Amino acid sequence: MATGQTGRVLVVIPAFNEAGSVGTVVADVRDVLPLATILVVDDGSIDGTAAAARAAGAIVARLPFNLGVGGAMRTGYRFAERNGYEVAVQVDGDGQHDASYLPQLIDAVSQADVVIGARFAGEGDYAVRGPRVWAMRVLSRVVGRIVRAPLTDVTSGYRACSRRAIKVFSHHYPAEYLGDTVESLVIAHRAGLRVAQVPVAMRRRTTGLPSQSLLGSVTYLARACAALGFALIRRWPVPEEAT
Amino acid sequence: MRTSVYLLSLFGATVVLALVLELLRRRHLRGKYAVLYLVLALGMVLLASVPTLLGSLASAVGVEVPANLLFFAALIVLLMVSMQLAYESGRLEEETRTLAEEVALMRLDVERLREQLHADGTHD
Repeated sequence: MATGQTGRVLVVIPAFNEAGSVGTVVADVRDVLPLATILVVDDGSIDGTAAAARAAGAIVARLPFNLGVGGAMRTGYRFAERNGYEVAVQVDGDGQHDASYLPQLIDAVSQADVVIGARFAGEGDYAVRGPRVWAMRVLSRVVGRIVRAPLTDVTSGYRACSRRAIKVFSHHYPAEYLGDTVESLVIAHRAGLRVAQVPVAMRRRTTGLPSQSLLGSVTYLARACAALGFALIRRWPVPEEAT
Repeated sequence: MRTSVYLLSLFGATVVLALVLELLRRRHLRGKYAVLYLVLALGMVLLASVPTLLGSLASAVGVEVPANLLFFAALIVLLMVSMQLAYESGRLEEETRTLAEEVALMRLDVERLREQLHADGTHD
């Protein structure tokens, strides 16, 4: 399969106050996928994120106020749904996702509907130690079992989606904590979509490092389990017609 | 019961009823809530003006201290009201979120159309 250059590909970059990095991210994506449309969803930034993204050559959808990653991504999936894109890829605006893996992710969409760019799967030297990584492992095991796929990194925001997944996510992409990652995978599975992963290496985040303490990890796991429980209990009807 | 207590409870119930009616008159209270609050206020007025009513209700359902029946009923009502409000605010939040997303996409559409118009040489 030709590396994502034949089908219509949309790259969605959710960005909240990322004026310093979003331009580089857009340029990196443009280098790897010259034919793809790049949509930056400005999630109510106040630091010139939109201008930086536009200057780098992306089209920009500006949310009137901050909705969180889930809200920004559903905006992106709605755009993909309405404009007939075959594949939608999600890349963080902070630069932690390496654009050189994009072709692999997009190619894998022919095998599955939701492809996660996953850490801890052999690629890269992303070293997270301590309770936090145990919490993430446990979570990945549980979610992997639920969606019937071997997963190592369910909280990754680096993912590619098929047309079928775009349709589901244009209706349901939770804005709550971990809703955009964990819960959305369960929604995908319950909507009959296949989930798979591709190993990637990630760059170290410069800001907003997650809590490394034991208590922090326990809280994290508890909240993740809550998100998981909600995803299993809630109904996720997908209307037949496009919105 | 002492007259002062009787008057106090009647006064309290009447104030609540008056407040509900005033909010209703100013159209601050929507129909479905108005009915609930009207029923509650009328019930309070009724209980306050007929002091023996609570006692007979309590003995009818087997509650020894009449005030406990009142507290139980009040707790249930308050719980239902707060759940109703949580439901409404959740619904509103989801609607607001959807509108915000639509606004973002429409702004994008407008910007692109405007650029296209300018590129075509049509000036506005």
